[in-house]
Amino acid sequence: MADVLAFVEQREGQIGGGAREVVSVAAQLASEIGSSASALVLGGPGLASAAEGLSTAGATAVAVAEHEALSEYNPEAYLPIVINHLRSGNFRALIFSASSLGKDLAPRVAAELDVPLGSDVTGMEVQDGVPLFTRPVYSGKAFARFSIDADPAIVTIRPNVFPVSDYNSGIEVSKFIPDVDPEAWCARVIERKGVTEGAIDVSEAAVVVSGGRGLKDPENWGVLEELRDAIGPDTALGASRAVVDAGWRPHSEQVGQTGKTVAPKLYIAVGISGAVQHLAGMRTSQTIVAVNRDPDAPIFSMADYGIVGDLFEVIPRMTETIKALKSED
Amino acid sequence: MLNNGGIDSLNVIVCIKRVPDTEAHIRIDETGTDIDNRGVKYIISPYDEFAIEAGLRVKEKMEGGEVSLLTVATSEAQETLRNGLAMGADKATLLRADSYMDGLGTAKALAAELRDSDAQLILFGVKAAGSDQQQVGPMVATLLGIPCVTEVSSFEFGEGVVTCQREIEGGIEVVEADLPAVLTITKGEYEPRYASLKGIMAAKRKPLEEREAEVSQPGLHIERLSEPTTRESGCVLQDSPDAVDELVRLLREEANAL
Ligand SMILES: Cc1cc2nc3c(=O)[nH]c(=O)nc-3n(C[C@H](O)[C@H](O)[C@H](O)COP(=O)(O)OP(=O)(O)OC[C@H]3O[C@@H](n4cnc5c(N)ncnc54)[C@H](O)[C@@H]3O)c2cc1C
Ligand SMILES: Nc1ncnc2c1ncn2[C@@H]1O[C@H](COP(=O)(O)O)[C@@H](O)[C@H]1O
Repeated sequence: MADVLAFVEQREGQIGGGAREVVSVAAQLASEIGSSASALVLGGPGLASAAEGLSTAGATAVAVAEHEALSEYNPEAYLPIVINHLRSGNFRALIFSASSLGKDLAPRVAAELDVPLGSDVTGMEVQDGVPLFTRPVYSGKAFARFSIDADPAIVTIRPNVFPVSDYNSGIEVSKFIPDVDPEAWCARVIERKGVTEGAIDVSEAAVVVSGGRGLKDPENWGVLEELRDAIGPDTALGASRAVVDAGWRPHSEQVGQTGKTVAPKLYIAVGISGAVQHLAGMRTSQTIVAVNRDPDAPIFSMADYGIVGDLFEVIPRMTETIKALKSED
Repeated sequence: MLNNGGIDSLNVIVCIKRVPDTEAHIRIDETGTDIDNRGVKYIISPYDEFAIEAGLRVKEKMEGGEVSLLTVATSEAQETLRNGLAMGADKATLLRADSYMDGLGTAKALAAELRDSDAQLILFGVKAAGSDQQQVGPMVATLLGIPCVTEVSSFEFGEGVVTCQREIEGGIEVVEADLPAVLTITKGEYEPRYASLKGIMAAKRKPLEEREAEVSQPGLHIERLSEPTTRESGCVLQDSPDAVDELVRLLREEANAL
């Protein structure tokens, strides 16, 4: 029976929330095509115990490759292990997250196996046993529904889009220690720098608070930081290109065509006009809120909720209201 | 800044794609699997412009070597290549393909052409506007068996290596790759230059070759293109002391977002 494999990511030995989405999609697909879902995770020693928790997302087996040299991602280390694992079984589909790692690794796996890759998938259904996937194209101005005529069908899924399921299956964890030879790598990571220690990346956050030129001055970002802190830990700051180009905010925060694509549960656009290139990066967010003093700002056409007003009055009040609400919980 | 690390000249190939202007209104044609290109202006994909800019800076720093452009497209992309030549690239090749290709097919056609090249650096955009796949660069590198560094915001050369800054989730990675290498370029410091009038005139005389691409059977089939489900017009409130309370309540109770 052909299996569906979820490629699961770890960071610093921890298996994050994104993993549950990938496993859930694999489990969903497996149940619809009448097979089972398993997972593969690569990392440093001691990882196997962290992998057990994946059972609740629906995987019945997880293979854990443990090696000192796998604790940090290196495509040349990861690629042969994934390929070997795929060749050791009979896989109908392989699901990656469309994270930095997934977007780097999945195309290499596909090219190595000579099969196509469906990138950044936001929808999936099965018709007559054939998986059909949907992905945004033309920066979300259209959606393409496609099938993959190859085994395995490889896709990356956009973070935060698919629901996480709650199964209660048993899980079989099998650990193995692959051969890894860092001497043979043609590309090596020589340094890693955290942008802001502990801060969560805009492309992974469940809530994004984004600021644009309407904030007037980089000094004013405190207003957004307070809102972010009030909403909770899974919240990140985003920015329009205008404020990144002005040097007010780092490029890593930019949302849009030439920045990051985000699809959080809640996207709050503050003092952002809503140019097409900005909308390209956030239009698949689940709930969109806009705060802008111009009632005709295009961002309102994309918003589920909006307030027409001065952000310097609206945002601090919003922060206070949310704080008050959260303290009642 | 580029450090030439003892290398004095080096050939760069930049793979570029002709795409609809990012401002263009996208309509779906009667086949339902492609867009209606009537009235649509086509441009060099924005990230590919960053890659051209990065390639031109290598040449300026090295004071030698060539920057070549490569595309797989219909003949209409000659115009796109001329625009890249006007920015300052030296020559261009169009691998003609008239039928639909998936990302792997494109990568194979590019790899077939690049296999015998003497280029030390092959640059891609991080993603092509339109297809937004973010896959062709690392696929080409894998097919060629050479290293690939993705999402590069700046790079410099050392002894037989290129050292790249990558912008990834939560941080920056510095990766050193042996040459020849494939890099996929994000905006970083590569704000693209405008073509000067002189550049536009010169571009008309630069070599542009058109040949048949190596075409393979696509395995990814587009069944249907559709327009995004329009969001129901949202609930927009005029600011008032109650509006914010109402918004927060709606976010919590109706949208389940807080
Ligand atoms: C090839 C290309 C790629 C691009 N890529 C991106 C991209 O990735 N991301 C991106 O964001 N943009 C991108 N852009 C730029 C885009 O076209 C816009 O220029 C940009 O998004 C505008 O940023 P903004 O909304 O912050 O600024 P503006 O358009 O200046 O909008 C500021 C808004 O703030 C409002 N405002 C002002 N004061 C207040 C106040 N006190 N209270 C409330 N509201 C207030 C105004 O009404 C206005 O709507 C790209 C452009 C091109 C050509
Ligand atoms: N048809 C093509 N011809 C040449 N280069 C291409 C083509 N398609 C994609 N590319 C390159 O691959 C990058 C990534 O494209 P994609 O994987 O489609 O998002 C682009 O930015 C280009 O550099």
